[in-house]
Amino acid sequence: MADKATFADQAMEFMPALYTAALRMTRNPAEAEDLVQETYLKAYRAFGSFEQGTNLKAWLYKILTNTFINAYRSRRRRPEQTEIEDVEDLYLYRRLGGLEAATAGRSAEEEVLDHFTDTDVKEALESLPESFRMTVLLADVEGFSYREIADIMDIPIGTVMSRLHRGRRALQKALLEFGMERGLVGDRD
Amino acid sequence: MGQPDHDECLEAVHRLYHFLDGELTSEKRLEISRHLDSCHPCLEAFDFEADLRHMLAAKCRDHVPESLRDRVAWALRHEREVDQHR
Repeated sequence: MADKATFADQAMEFMPALYTAALRMTRNPAEAEDLVQETYLKAYRAFGSFEQGTNLKAWLYKILTNTFINAYRSRRRRPEQTEIEDVEDLYLYRRLGGLEAATAGRSAEEEVLDHFTDTDVKEALESLPESFRMTVLLADVEGFSYREIADIMDIPIGTVMSRLHRGRRALQKALLEFGMERGLVGDRD
Repeated sequence: MGQPDHDECLEAVHRLYHFLDGELTSEKRLEISRHLDSCHPCLEAFDFEADLRHMLAAKCRDHVPESLRDRVAWALRHEREVDQHR
């Protein structure tokens, strides 16, 4: 059992990660701040049930996710979109011409990645339907394992894998669209 | 992947995410690593996906507003005070 007096010392360092996730989830800075504050308060009150030595970051994310689902999502009028258009493996790489021009050294496709801005990446991620967005964020931005994501989101591990698989490809498609709009990538179709 | 119907390449691409996620058994992992050692097109594709992953993680960070840190710190102090007077 964790000592509540030590909560702030242990938990405050995760605020940048939690705030980033809250922003991606709510897509609204004021709501993201409220969500983070609520998460910390709930976590503090429940800290007695946190098992010291287990993953505190994952535990905080679970509270953040639940709070978001219960408080923020229900306010929204539109039902959650659960279907996304599916595209093939290596979608972005193929579109950037990687398969035809696999040459030695750092390739042109990789150079293109440097030109995407933070805003491109954030907007591409935020364009994904919520359940896909969350799963991709937890895996690719935060580096959680499938097991941890299943636990945080309270979904089976198979669902984590299928959401990741489809969500990542949809993210690549969104990135390609931003790249084309900004002229980073030529339209190859 | 130079020859897209090559079974080993298809297998490698199929397991690409599990490989990058570190979610393969050591046996499967070794099998894919061996393939990448001998197949340049697949290695390039894997490298690209790994770079893309790094880019996502690096470009998806937000700076926490000082006011939020203060708000949370204040709220937690307040909670503790309430606890201590119980």
